[in-house]
Amino acid sequence: MLCDICNKNVATVHLTEIIDDQMAELHLCENCARQKSMEMEQQFGLADLLAGLSNFGEQVEPQVTMKQKCNLCGMTYENFKKIGRLGCSECYKSFESYLKPLVKKIHGSIQHIGKAPGKRKPLAAVKTPKQKEKVVSLEELKKQLQSAVQNEEFEEAAKIRDKIRELEKSGENK
Amino acid sequence: MKIDDLLNQTSEWLKGTGPNSDIVISSRVRLARNLEGVVFPHLAAKKQGQETLEKIKDALLENDYLKNSVFLRLVDLNTIDKQFLIERHLMSRELAMKPENKGMLISQEEIISIMINEEDHLRIQIMKSGFDLTEAWNIINNIDNALSEKLTFAFSDDLGYLTACPTNVGTGMRGSVMLHLPALVMTKQINKVLAAIAKLSFTTRGLYGEGTQAAGNFFQISNQVSLGQNEAEIIENIKGIIRQIIEQENMARNALLQNNRQILEDRIFRSFGVLKSAYIINSAETIEMLSMLRLGQDLGIIKNIDRRMINELFILTQPAHLQKIEGKKLTPQERDVRRAALIREKIGQ
Repeated sequence: MLCDICNKNVATVHLTEIIDDQMAELHLCENCARQKSMEMEQQFGLADLLAGLSNFGEQVEPQVTMKQKCNLCGMTYENFKKIGRLGCSECYKSFESYLKPLVKKIHGSIQHIGKAPGKRKPLAAVKTPKQKEKVVSLEELKKQLQSAVQNEEFEEAAKIRDKIRELEKSGENK
Repeated sequence: MKIDDLLNQTSEWLKGTGPNSDIVISSRVRLARNLEGVVFPHLAAKKQGQETLEKIKDALLENDYLKNSVFLRLVDLNTIDKQFLIERHLMSRELAMKPENKGMLISQEEIISIMINEEDHLRIQIMKSGFDLTEAWNIINNIDNALSEKLTFAFSDDLGYLTACPTNVGTGMRGSVMLHLPALVMTKQINKVLAAIAKLSFTTRGLYGEGTQAAGNFFQISNQVSLGQNEAEIIENIKGIIRQIIEQENMARNALLQNNRQILEDRIFRSFGVLKSAYIINSAETIEMLSMLRLGQDLGIIKNIDRRMINELFILTQPAHLQKIEGKKLTPQERDVRRAALIREKIGQ
């Protein structure tokens, strides 16, 4: 049997493809099979996965169209769906209505509670006091304690110290 | 330090030391960071990419933790050097593929490696021997804190650190642990274990990271979720999973020793025999055989062979390493001969 693609070499690889519920058999030589498998790998990349996921987000009324460009880098959401990468950090704002549902799908959350860059206020914009407790990490508290001591705000320092103790205790009990 | 000096030293992560180093090869933590208001590397024009590279390089070289590191521009590296760094797990394939405006920094013991202008502006990586994620996190946290005083990172209060791919947003952190699980593979329980891991939102990869197959019974397990948990929680979660896998592997090893000792010893000594005697050996076979040798060493069946040396051989027998040792380009056939000679020389006596 000769290869279905090049019709020159003997077919040694036999593939079954299902396209639109139709089963098709392909008989290929080694060279063409390698080519074909590379195509298949390229066809199904991370970008597709993300794009597939992000379609769920469209129930939320998007305020921007997929062709609208990001102010800073000129990227469109349509393009992101193709390549699986955003153009710049501003894209998160520009395509917020699309990205938030996508991020929620990927991570199960849309609220960062980890560390923040040094110069920033270490606390995220937190809505309720209960959440606030959770958001402050031990490390951030230790930093706050240090700066409170340096500024001789001893009352504040004592409060922070107690919080640290509490956190350390709850950590031990886990 | 120059790139060739690396050849004469053992990377920290290969030393075979640290907690649980019979099963855990290495622990790795990486952070993705981007500069605020600067387009991500894949969109950057030539000049902009150059500026980013210089800016980050300057910040890195001022960092106290990164003294005595070597800084490399990818355009200055030849194909073998690039492959060499990939084999040592210091650099990704992606960085090597489009070298323009890309750079990297490697610390003296190869614990710290930092890629500039990869998928994100900065990818910081810490690799330690054995099961030591917490220490890796502590080091990387310090470096990140120091860097954030020099560079303004893209960050939002709700989504955390902003990354080129939304899969990394939040902490920008991935922790991964490289495990050697021959007994779970031999007892055919590995798929069950991997399926359970996947259900808990952890990913498994092969020896060489994303998109690679598990060779030589090595599995790299890492967190998928980077947002909604803080860094310490992510680390603890991975540690919890890894502890359970270590336990499973130990149980499988004991079961093999008790119920199938002869078969086990046969496989281990056959592998040892091949490694000691072969005159031509390819890298796939080498990895399989070394994996068995390592298991034999772990279980005390093979004596007088150092774990560190077995670990080293996994890397030294890779194509670019062989060519660097030889000091010239080798064809695949020549490499198979050179590889066999190297192994005989190291463990043959």
